[in-house]
Amino acid sequence: MTEPIRLKLNGKEVDLHSHPMTPLLHALRNEELSPGTKYGCGEGECGACTVLLNGDAVMSCMVPLCQAEGAEVETVEGLCIDGELHPLQEAFICEGGAQCGICTPGMLMSALYFLRQPEKAPGGVREALEGNLCRCTGYTRIYQSVERAIGEAAGK
Amino acid sequence: MSIAPPYRYIGQSILRREGREKVTGASRYVDDNVIPDCLHGKTIRSTIAKGRIVDISFGEGIPWDEFIIATAKDLPRNVVVLIEQDQPALVEEFVQHKHEPILLLAHKDAGLLEDAARAITITYEEDKSAAFEIGEGSLQKEYLIEEGDIEKTFAECDVVFEEVYRTGAQEHVYIEPNGFVGWWDGDNIHLRGSHQCPYYVHKAVKTAFGLKDDRQVDILQETTGGAFGGKEDFPSTVAIHTALLARKAGRPVRMIYDRAEDMACSTKRHPSETRLRIGCTKDGKLKALDCDFRIDGGAYITLSPVVLSRGILHGSGPYKWEAARLVGKSYATNSPPYGAFRGFGAPQSLFAIESAMSALAEKLGMCPVEFRRKNFLKKGDVLPTGQALEGDPMLDAIVDKGLQMADYWNRAKKIAPIPNRGIGLSVFLHGTGFTGSGEVYLASRVALATRGDGKVEVRVSSTEMGQGTETIFPQIAAEVLGLEVDDVLFVKPQTSKVPNSGPTVASRTCSVVGRLVERAAHDLKGKLNGTPIADYHATHGETLGEAKYQAPPGLYWDDEKYRGSAYGAYSWGINIAEVTIDPVTMHPTVENFWGVYDIGTVINPTLAKGQVEGGIAQGIGWATCENVVLEEGAMINTHMTNYIIPTTMDAPPIMVDFIENPYEYGGFGSKGVGEIPMDGPGPAVLNAVSMALRRPLNKIPIIAEELLDD
Repeated sequence: MTEPIRLKLNGKEVDLHSHPMTPLLHALRNEELSPGTKYGCGEGECGACTVLLNGDAVMSCMVPLCQAEGAEVETVEGLCIDGELHPLQEAFICEGGAQCGICTPGMLMSALYFLRQPEKAPGGVREALEGNLCRCTGYTRIYQSVERAIGEAAGK
Repeated sequence: MSIAPPYRYIGQSILRREGREKVTGASRYVDDNVIPDCLHGKTIRSTIAKGRIVDISFGEGIPWDEFIIATAKDLPRNVVVLIEQDQPALVEEFVQHKHEPILLLAHKDAGLLEDAARAITITYEEDKSAAFEIGEGSLQKEYLIEEGDIEKTFAECDVVFEEVYRTGAQEHVYIEPNGFVGWWDGDNIHLRGSHQCPYYVHKAVKTAFGLKDDRQVDILQETTGGAFGGKEDFPSTVAIHTALLARKAGRPVRMIYDRAEDMACSTKRHPSETRLRIGCTKDGKLKALDCDFRIDGGAYITLSPVVLSRGILHGSGPYKWEAARLVGKSYATNSPPYGAFRGFGAPQSLFAIESAMSALAEKLGMCPVEFRRKNFLKKGDVLPTGQALEGDPMLDAIVDKGLQMADYWNRAKKIAPIPNRGIGLSVFLHGTGFTGSGEVYLASRVALATRGDGKVEVRVSSTEMGQGTETIFPQIAAEVLGLEVDDVLFVKPQTSKVPNSGPTVASRTCSVVGRLVERAAHDLKGKLNGTPIADYHATHGETLGEAKYQAPPGLYWDDEKYRGSAYGAYSWGINIAEVTIDPVTMHPTVENFWGVYDIGTVINPTLAKGQVEGGIAQGIGWATCENVVLEEGAMINTHMTNYIIPTTMDAPPIMVDFIENPYEYGGFGSKGVGEIPMDGPGPAVLNAVSMALRRPLNKIPIIAEELLDD
């Protein structure tokens, strides 16, 4: 048996017991720590599994668990605090940014990264979400959702 | 019975009912099921397109005695029942296509399961007579529509235009792959999965296991991560496989496909080939249409006859013809069976007619808008099947609004002289609900049930897969019952708990099933007779408001003659696409896209627009970047890295609006909305690219490399 891998998930220390080379996505899902993080392709194309790793948006299907050792990992489950939705979540509901919902957790995490560091995507929201595929919406309402959240953060 | 406007909930963008669960990650999709003591299931598939299985060997180094292994022999009736009963759930001896399921394995260790799958060798006697092109294999189904004297009318035409149009296969790429979990308790099977038609799965599982009683099969729909037709018929096979392994194991089994397996094996949009001959006068009056519409059905019948039927029924477009002949043929090939995909044959035939209309306008030296306008269907006009249009299509108003939104005339004028830029349009229609007598045979039922807490439950088998079922039905019921919309609950579709309101397909949910919800609400309202629900429930117990489908008066379809009213209502629309071609790579980029639609009453504008925008993006993908590469009939680019759907950087700004022209027999006046978004983008984009390149094209997807070769 290998040693468990400790990381900070949504602010809480957790030990994961999966093989160190298990993709972080599967480790989080199999150990029932983040069922909200979704599998879509397993090869870093669809973005459904996007999480924040030490603040950076990554596709968790492409990150071996061992690489997350000691890291801060943020997933969709960490957005809503004490029942209070994050402004992004509110905006996705109000603007129709979620349809079937399977891409939504990853989309939210990429959007969160963009909200925190807009300079990383000088092309704006469209560029910020280029790594996240959605098959339902055609993206229009997702942009509107993110822009609404940005507007609210700016106090508009 | 009627509730008159102004409405309290109809036409309001009530927030998505299950939105909170979806944005918090709390929604349970099939892969989120945690079931103790559960085995993983795996399917072993054919590697050839046609032939006979000679031998199956289980290699060394695998503890085979730990595995559950199931074959066709383990199934009481080896069939996936749909329209026909020609498709086996597992191959017995003869393989008809690549990736056909042969063996099933289950084990508690998913990793070991993969090793075991690789250790199995199947030896075949290959049959080299496999067919891969439309027309090579046997005819699965043929339809003919004839109206007027076609050859005499062609003889009277000044201009005759001929062209062959082709469309490629298309993969659904719902972001959630197919999957089921299942277990038996005694002789009863419980299955939970990702699918759009619980009662299709119910019937297929009940038949395959030879079960006598409907109650022995319970099918639950988990939150479904997209479907688009791709989870209409295919999930039945996954469900049977899951149930078979679970029965043999005596334990729960989960079968969750990975992306590559899903893309390789699941159904796709039918490839098509349409030969058109169109006759008109020199001043642009359409007279005669000869349409020969052919589709590749794949190795088994599945839904191909009905896809074919919807295809030719839309093949004459939104135009009036003096004479028309439409022949539809579905051919067998040794491809995995093609199946339902949003639009269901109509996008293919409408692609042909709408591409032809722009090419013919060019040939006549006419404006593509005015040429179309001259020939639009009007109220009372007769379609080639003999159906007189009862409603006014309002095509002029729809087109006017579309042109205005796109600032079409100025834009077209500005773009025209610039090389590699183009603007194209398409005008189209889509029939609401099942084709012909389909709705009569379905005989859908819905129920509303009172609860002790004063709330009402909507019980339907119509599923939520992103399009808004869970939200719009409570809107409809609350409107009639005068309840708060939050006091109308939507019950998760599960065959043991909800009546059969039919499959969630064919643009039927809001209009056809919504109408039943509306009627059931009136039924319940009549019973309550003003008594508050909680009080009525306390006295009478659970009380149901019910409704069963009744064809609208005068709506009749003759299956034998293939004539009559194919659909009770039609939705209509215009699309406009603006494109730029990269002069070096020839890659087409859609810069802007506009759509105006009449879908009857818009029940929930945010949800309706969202659904339409997504459908447009799929249509643009079908026309541009989505290229299913086939080898021996099967898709080989089975990854998201090499099958490209539009990303945020590919999808253009999409502008959508509606003209509301209510349909008397649709839920609060609604008509079909789900599929029509798929109908217009193919030809609109092609017409724009044709303009940009100054030559007519005839095929989608438009592949840059092929344009370079030409």
